[in-house]
Amino acid sequence: MIIDLLYLVAAVCFILALKGLSSPESASSGNFIGIAGMIFACLAAYLSTDLSNVVLTLLAVCIGGSIGVCIARSLSMTALPQMVAGFHSLVGLAAVLVAFSAYYAPEVFKIVGEFGRIYKSSLIEMGLGVAIGAITFSGSLIAFAKLHEIYKGTNVPKELNAFLGSSILCLLIYFVLTDSQCAFWLLTFLSFVLGATLIAPIGGADMPVVVSMLNSYSGWAASGIGFTLHNDLLIITGALVGSSGAILSYIMCKGMNRSLFNVIFPSGQDDFSAEKGAATVRPYQKGSAEDAAFILKNAKSVIVVPGYGMATSQAQHALKEMGDLLKRNGTIVRYAIHPVAGRMPGHMNVLLAEANVPYEDVFELDEINRDFATCDVAYVIGANDVTNPAAKNDPSSSIYGMPIFEVDKAKTVLFLKRSMGTGYAGVDNELFYAQNTMMLLGDAKKTTEAIVKAL
Amino acid sequence: MDESLQQIANSIALIMQVDSGTAATASVAPIASVCASSGMHALTVFVLACFVGYYVVWKVTPALHAPLMSVTNAISSVIIVGAIFAATQHLYCYSRIFGFLAIVLASVNIFGGFTITHRMNERNKGIMKDNGK
Repeated sequence: MIIDLLYLVAAVCFILALKGLSSPESASSGNFIGIAGMIFACLAAYLSTDLSNVVLTLLAVCIGGSIGVCIARSLSMTALPQMVAGFHSLVGLAAVLVAFSAYYAPEVFKIVGEFGRIYKSSLIEMGLGVAIGAITFSGSLIAFAKLHEIYKGTNVPKELNAFLGSSILCLLIYFVLTDSQCAFWLLTFLSFVLGATLIAPIGGADMPVVVSMLNSYSGWAASGIGFTLHNDLLIITGALVGSSGAILSYIMCKGMNRSLFNVIFPSGQDDFSAEKGAATVRPYQKGSAEDAAFILKNAKSVIVVPGYGMATSQAQHALKEMGDLLKRNGTIVRYAIHPVAGRMPGHMNVLLAEANVPYEDVFELDEINRDFATCDVAYVIGANDVTNPAAKNDPSSSIYGMPIFEVDKAKTVLFLKRSMGTGYAGVDNELFYAQNTMMLLGDAKKTTEAIVKAL
Repeated sequence: MDESLQQIANSIALIMQVDSGTAATASVAPIASVCASSGMHALTVFVLACFVGYYVVWKVTPALHAPLMSVTNAISSVIIVGAIFAATQHLYCYSRIFGFLAIVLASVNIFGGFTITHRMNERNKGIMKDNGK
């Protein structure tokens, strides 16, 4: 009774933790409610066992906990996407391990029927839990490697994924029917492989979707294990996390005007080996930091459009400094954040927050898009595809239909970019060659610092 | 939100009662009696939790999507509950080893996830204070 009550309290705490995120004021207390929920959950788990090995398990918690805290403390916010992906992989692996321990100790989890055999329904849930967990694990590892830029990606024929998927399904059925240990191991192994082959061919620009999708998977895996263990808390929490990840993936896909199916199973064959360079050489205006500073000084309103390039060059602090100088000058400075800017949902917001950019200055796509027509300068820093007019004008473009910032309507566009290469989508940007665009080539941070100096 | 949840709960109660052929009374309470079998009970909990998740997460402001990811990451490690079961039993050796490993992994995640979320929230709080001045 007390145990069930504790589980219920924990579930309510988790819901409140998510609800806390509906406004920045309540986010912090929400996090503490979440921590409380986790403590209740662990307490309930300990109370329902016979308390052997408690010291050892607490030691395990301490080891894991200190590793976790060390990683989280030392992490720079730029590396957040890969860290989140890495953490997802741990949930996946933990789910696999718990499923295995349930398989080898069915009595402990009370899933044994007559003649000491595990219930068929439990076998289904266990099989599904282990498969989703394993896919989450290896998929997140690949995503981590890609985000950390130690692995570029490989093309995987669709047939291979289809084959792996259907073999996993067949094995699952076979496993449920026969309770074969061999099938269980093989099922796990194939799911590990499928996780890797699913994520490997997905391109860099689609990473926000992948990260949120894996977030969703880790939730479903927890839910699956909850079904196996007949534990409502695990089911509830898994469902919360699963739907949260699913909603984020949906928002990301909408931000790119693509279907989830299209992202997960990319149709075009990307060339991962070659650098995507500029195909044609066309005339464009190149400016210096001093020119840019002059233009900014005379502007009344400036909208900054940050992208992944700002994250890689760590330009957010220099950017904030520039914004402050301009504000002192009487200029209105605002920041426009595209839903898919960066490598995970909310990536740009975190970086701007790190540099102390105030909330009221940060706007979303729908809120600010109309204002580009009336602003003097659009300062595009490390963003490319989200400003590309081809998404509006060119039906043959691969990004056609994606909602973009109408940067081209601004009086002047200052475009900070490392080189004249194309964006992640590999599409040339008409904006580079526009009359009102000034290209500032080079490292985004150095350029912004130079502008600050010139101001 | 509460209203729509009530509606969902009612409709689920209705559907299941029609299936099992019992008299239909539309309120949330009958759910517990209808899904006495544990499989159905778990599924009911699951579906309702999905709806709760759906409504709660749509309310999250886009600016807080990053903390949302890290906090969901932390709470999905509630799977540690299962790992504790496995590690504290003394019947099966394999299971215990798997359980211990799972505890370590899950607690990396729990502590890491909550710490990162806390860092982001502190940052946000700091900004609000700066602006308050």
